[in-house]
Amino acid sequence: MIWQIEVALKEGLTDPEGEAVKHEANEIGIRGIDRVRHVRVYAIESDMSAAEAERVAAELLADPVVDRYAVGGPVLGDGQDGGRVVQVVRKPGVMDPVEASSLKGIADMGLRASAVRTARKYHFYGSLTDEDARRIGDEVLANDIIEETVIGGGELAIPHAEEAPFEKVTVPLLEADDEEMMRISREGVLSLNLEEMRAIRDYYRDLGRDPIDVELETLAQTWSEHCVHKTFRGIINYNGEIIDNLLKQTVMRVTRELDRPWCLSVFKDNSGVIEFDERWGIAFKVETHNHPSALEPYGGAGTGIGGVIRDPMGTGLGAKPIMNTDVFCFGPPDLPDDRLPPGSMHPRRIMRGVVAGVRDYGNRMGIPTANGAVFFDEQYTGNCLVYCGNLARIPADKVEKAARPGDRVVVVGGRTGRDGIHGATFSSVELHEETSSSHVQIGDAITEKKMLSVLLEARDRGLYSCITDCGAGGLSSAVGEMGAETGAEVDLDTVPLKYQGLAYWEIWVSEAQERMVLAVPPEHEDELHALCRSEDVESTTIGRYTDTGRLVLRYKGEQVCDLDMDFLHDGVPRLERKAVWEGPTTTEPELPARREYGDELKQILGAWNVCSKEWIIRQYDHEVQGSSVLKPLVGAANDGPGDAAIITPVLGSTRGIVVSNGMNPKYGRIDPYHMAASAIDEALRNIVAVGGTLDRAALLDNFAWGNPDKPDRLGGLVRAARACYDVAVEYGTPFISGKDSLNNEYQVDGDSIPIPPSLLISAVAIMPDVTRAVSMGLKAPGNAIYAVGLTRDELGGSHYYELHGELGRNVPQVDTELGRSVFDALARATTDRLVRACHDCSEGGLAVAAAEMAFAGGLGMRLDLAAVPSSEDARADAVLLFSESNSRFVVEVEPGRADDFEAAMGDVPFARVGSVTEGAALEVTGLAGEVVIDEPIADLKEAWQAPLRW
Amino acid sequence: MTVHTLIIRTAGTNCDEETRFAFEQAGSEVILLHINRVIENPTVLDRAQILALPGGFSYGDDIAAGRIHANELRTKLGDRLEQFVDDGKLVIGICNGFQILAKTGLLPGPFAPDAEQTVTLTHNNSNQFEDRWVHLRADSDKSPFVRKGQTLYLPVAHGEGKFVARDRRTLDDLKGNGQVVLRYVDSDGNTGAGYPANPNGSADDIAGICDVTGRVLGLMPHPERHILPTQHPRWTREGPADVGDGLQMFRNAVDYFA
Repeated sequence: MIWQIEVALKEGLTDPEGEAVKHEANEIGIRGIDRVRHVRVYAIESDMSAAEAERVAAELLADPVVDRYAVGGPVLGDGQDGGRVVQVVRKPGVMDPVEASSLKGIADMGLRASAVRTARKYHFYGSLTDEDARRIGDEVLANDIIEETVIGGGELAIPHAEEAPFEKVTVPLLEADDEEMMRISREGVLSLNLEEMRAIRDYYRDLGRDPIDVELETLAQTWSEHCVHKTFRGIINYNGEIIDNLLKQTVMRVTRELDRPWCLSVFKDNSGVIEFDERWGIAFKVETHNHPSALEPYGGAGTGIGGVIRDPMGTGLGAKPIMNTDVFCFGPPDLPDDRLPPGSMHPRRIMRGVVAGVRDYGNRMGIPTANGAVFFDEQYTGNCLVYCGNLARIPADKVEKAARPGDRVVVVGGRTGRDGIHGATFSSVELHEETSSSHVQIGDAITEKKMLSVLLEARDRGLYSCITDCGAGGLSSAVGEMGAETGAEVDLDTVPLKYQGLAYWEIWVSEAQERMVLAVPPEHEDELHALCRSEDVESTTIGRYTDTGRLVLRYKGEQVCDLDMDFLHDGVPRLERKAVWEGPTTTEPELPARREYGDELKQILGAWNVCSKEWIIRQYDHEVQGSSVLKPLVGAANDGPGDAAIITPVLGSTRGIVVSNGMNPKYGRIDPYHMAASAIDEALRNIVAVGGTLDRAALLDNFAWGNPDKPDRLGGLVRAARACYDVAVEYGTPFISGKDSLNNEYQVDGDSIPIPPSLLISAVAIMPDVTRAVSMGLKAPGNAIYAVGLTRDELGGSHYYELHGELGRNVPQVDTELGRSVFDALARATTDRLVRACHDCSEGGLAVAAAEMAFAGGLGMRLDLAAVPSSEDARADAVLLFSESNSRFVVEVEPGRADDFEAAMGDVPFARVGSVTEGAALEVTGLAGEVVIDEPIADLKEAWQAPLRW
Repeated sequence: MTVHTLIIRTAGTNCDEETRFAFEQAGSEVILLHINRVIENPTVLDRAQILALPGGFSYGDDIAAGRIHANELRTKLGDRLEQFVDDGKLVIGICNGFQILAKTGLLPGPFAPDAEQTVTLTHNNSNQFEDRWVHLRADSDKSPFVRKGQTLYLPVAHGEGKFVARDRRTLDDLKGNGQVVLRYVDSDGNTGAGYPANPNGSADDIAGICDVTGRVLGLMPHPERHILPTQHPRWTREGPADVGDGLQMFRNAVDYFA
């Protein structure tokens, strides 16, 4: 029978979950709620007695100190005294980790249960209409893609899936015409274009048979934009010029030409690897998980971080994750409801869900999230971006791998379910108002965490010869890739399933989370399974690698797939696309000069893109593993904005890595070339700002763009990729890995809205001695303030212009010769310990950098704009204050070190521009000798902290 | 004599490596074992003088933080743990380890495998996980891990760290017995400073308690995250100290057996 148990906090205790729901209901305009109480509901399928159910409730499910419970009835009463009740339950098949944990707890008590299901119930007290309750259900409590809302609550049923009848399905393709082939592609969510469908038809014509559905699915997954980057590797006609493989011509060319010996593994594995020291390498990968996060922010972001963690785990013979980064792009949190596109969630809700998803997964994995950024722009409203990154430590002699014929195909970790079907091909589809479905999933960090423990042990014991993650495309991609050079055969009925009812093709392409695929030599098979079992990790042999060069699948004794590996991996027709770039179309505004810029500075400090992200940062454990040297929050009160993270991958050693990022989608609206150049400059100057050097610095590129079928979008992409080559090669910093996410557009009223062109550059640099780290808060009154680098009239895309509703045209450009000499000079100074504080000038320019340094350090600063090194055209107060020119820093130096510092600067543009003061104000003198800013640092800090103090 | 510390990990344990590092820096030999190995062969407990339950999210903190692991320890190793404490050995639970010790009933004790739970750690008043540094003051000499009057600066990183006792009497008994070992204070050393000095809303600013014997300690802050001077959030402005504040706690524990 089913025992229903409800648990709630005792009367008189604060109910934080209830309070949070009340707060969020208030945010969507629902007033009149006095109080909300949260109830946890468990349904337990078991033949245990009533006394035993009572024991489970009292000893396992309820906390005797703070909780009360009820078995078989409501814990808070129904009807009038229970208030209005809204119950939320996950739809059948949606992952709920609590179910497995509860079963373990019950078993540990010596009792038995066959299934557990959970629900959340909320009791609302006060005046609330039916409509209010429904809105709270839809907009605060539940997401109808994965959950059902029941007003009033009710019995919680435990559904069981039926076994699916086996029926081998062939797709009639041989005689299909173009129209019919496109119908097959569209209705099957295959995302294959006509040329690709024709290539497949021709292949099967040669074989003289129609394809089986699972073969078509395998081809679609393997040939997806997500997996093979057809646009970047295809042929592009760019303003009449033919570009053959943009990726090789730009990003990868940097790495090839620089040819650094410390690049251990680049562009061939699941992440890029650089040498850390003689024993270790550092793997780094960043990915996006955009469409799932737009539909189900919590699950999408959680599986985003869970997925990118598996990339380094599946690099070489496996790496140990040591740090996460995350960068998000959302619509503005204060977007008026009437500007919300139909079918979209409000950006505020998306942001809350995404932050919670990354938090819960990353924290549970025990990986510090120590670097990140958030960007807001209305064009991200229908299509948010969620970049998740992971760095990991790998033995330097374990970066190579290969499956050998005879090795067993072993799947480890989570079970396979009907979740995430078609994720790889779905990412090539633009979002529509009615897009919904099984493409989203909920992660289970603990399954991944315990899998990680046994895999690292198995790696060190040498139990497998190859490993990769099950990401987009599921087993299809993982086994297909690992067996590409050999061949593989898999018995699909041996794959462990979460529940019955999956068709054989679903088993093959399911993107169920927390799974890795290994190639295990037969002599180690038993030991590997025993090791997994010993820590409660599931591992199953599902097939073997062969020497046939064919991919063979069987189900219930029947062969359901027989594909040539060569055709699977090399048969995809090259894409030919048109790209157009017509130059910037925007113009420079003319803004009147002012006598005073204090208010504008405060408004920029309070802009969504500049303001403090402390609310997010503190929700992430950024110190687990004990490795943090420079934390994301620095300064006298631990709340200033650090430029980059420094961690020590080997605990107790002073050798470290610096991790940073650079991105500015606003510049892309003017010219994606300069956006990309600026992003590289920003990522690298953040490294230099904290005391790092470019001697051993590497880059990752993550392009998120609109639909590449549209020539204007693709033209911008070509510009950005070319800047990546031009700037990175001059800075001497190779790319080691990257990823692109295209088709980020949103359909509304027949119009297609693309996201702004968005390139995230992530950087990692080896830091030989972390005790030379520099933080950005001011340190002591009397110290000198220097401006390093050259300020130009580059307000295009700046926050200053945005404040005035303008975009402008003079987007910041990168002078690599100048930038390189500035970076090298500053690195010399920090290495010689001549610098007390340093902050890079980026969004908001010199004024914002100075203000942040002052309030982070709790000290005043006096600045003279007349002394700031600048080009001729920049001699205006507003330009000197707010221009966002690249390769610039504000530096604090002790008076006794000033001579040495100036000597270290050599001939780069720099000048002493002010000093640190006892006072508590930022005081800036303009070109005319008048004070243009005089603001208490407390006011500046308040302006910066207020917006996201949630 | 060589002091041996046994660290138990399970699915979701996160802070085992840095806890191992902390004990090693303090001069202890460390054995780090999965819970299944300890259940298979509980005699490993005999070889250790110190038992440590590190931080993390054991079994995802599903149902409530530490609940499933506490249930497992109580039902599978309850007698052994009772014996371990009776033998005069030390137990420390950090963060998730504290949550587990409270939910097994080992804290505040006296422990028996069927003992009732009288204190708990529940959801922070802020209803969210928070990572921040806190000042602590040792208010008792009962635990060998700390000295009364000592102050410590350590990070907390938890979502369920609010200390709650079953009733007023339980709380009064804890204080009367000297079992309230660590309290959240402000930078001047004063209690009652409110959020964020007390980061979670704990009753009476309680950050850590010991059992009636004094040999079992649980605390929410992470001493193992402040062993090295560069782990301090302001070492770049205040200059690096010789060692981190947390190290002394581990040294005290090792010295207890010297």
